[in-house]
Amino acid sequence: MALINLAQKELQVKIVYYGPARSGKTANLTYIYKHMSKQIAGKMVTIDTKGDRTLFFDFLPVNIGKIKGLSIRVQLYTVPGQVMYNATRRLVLRGVDGVAFIADSLRVQRQKNIDSLRDLDENLRFYNLDVKSIPIVLQYNKRDLAKAGVPLLSIEEMDADLNSDLQAPFFEASAVLGKGVFETLKEITKRTIRSVAKKLMK
Amino acid sequence: MDLILTEEKQRQLIELIKRELIANGAEHVVLVDSAGSLIVETGNYPLENVLPLAALSAANFGATAEIAKLVGEEDFTLLFHKGEKRNIHFSKVGKDYILIVLFDKTVSLGLIRLKTSKAAEEILKIMEE
Ligand SMILES: Nc1nc2c(ncn2[C@@H]2O[C@H](COP(=O)(O)OP(=O)(O)O)[C@@H](O)[C@H]2O)c(=O)[nH]1
Ligand SMILES: [Mg+2]
Repeated sequence: MALINLAQKELQVKIVYYGPARSGKTANLTYIYKHMSKQIAGKMVTIDTKGDRTLFFDFLPVNIGKIKGLSIRVQLYTVPGQVMYNATRRLVLRGVDGVAFIADSLRVQRQKNIDSLRDLDENLRFYNLDVKSIPIVLQYNKRDLAKAGVPLLSIEEMDADLNSDLQAPFFEASAVLGKGVFETLKEITKRTIRSVAKKLMK
Repeated sequence: MDLILTEEKQRQLIELIKRELIANGAEHVVLVDSAGSLIVETGNYPLENVLPLAALSAANFGATAEIAKLVGEEDFTLLFHKGEKRNIHFSKVGKDYILIVLFDKTVSLGLIRLKTSKAAEEILKIMEE
């Protein structure tokens, strides 16, 4: 649910990084947080268990500057990917304006990606939304692991699995190295703002 | 449904919050929606702390609503965290908003309760206008 503050001339939107457990959602936010100046990225909040598993969500507010005289504040969230945390994922999706779907390129995670996208669609439907109508981009993460000889899905396979219906923009990425991270953020932000603007023009 | 906050509404909300809560000793007051967006805020905390506060409070309320369901309640309409030096009071405003009031131990909880419930009614009127 976007919020436009006319006194402050500010637009707030909520973008959720979704995907299966350990696909690199937190790694995307961490990279953004570490590589943006403090004036642009605010405090990052992480609610995790003892290990590196997201228990609730991560949160990072980012000021991306002005568009048509409105300051744009993007609130980035991640969800916990583990199947058992569905109630939490649904909670985080409340009021979502755009989704970056972070898929894991590891071949062994093939079905997990497909299941997670289906789970996203189901959870969006709870709010009368769905994957086809919401602004969405895909990220095929962990491409760097090809060099280490880890079996990865090809881009074509991932696109066939996840994007044949959606036809959304997709980015090859390595969230730990920062490759594709800002491209993903930029594209989903652009699409989200465009969709909010369109709704407001109505 | 997106929310457009006009200058007039913002002015009314801030004025109301200052009159009912800040004037009665609250340190900071934040109004957020259930998605975690910041609607208005006023007081002495920096924005960099207020933004995560808004996001976490909304999530906290969402989680509490799930707990409520598990024990057969519709929802819990208020939450209170007591600290060593300061306290924080959260209350539902209508279905979609949460009013967060930070106050220190010199201010009585009873007074804050009274003032937040009065403020909540007025906030709802302003938001639904
Ligand atoms: N090699 C490699 N490892 C990654 C990449 N992205 C994330 N990881 C690792 O995968 C694990 C899970 O990442 P995390 O961001 O916590 O996943 P989340 O569950 O989606 O939040 C961590 O050990 C990360 O360091 C990547 O692009 N390349
Ligand atoms: Mg995570």
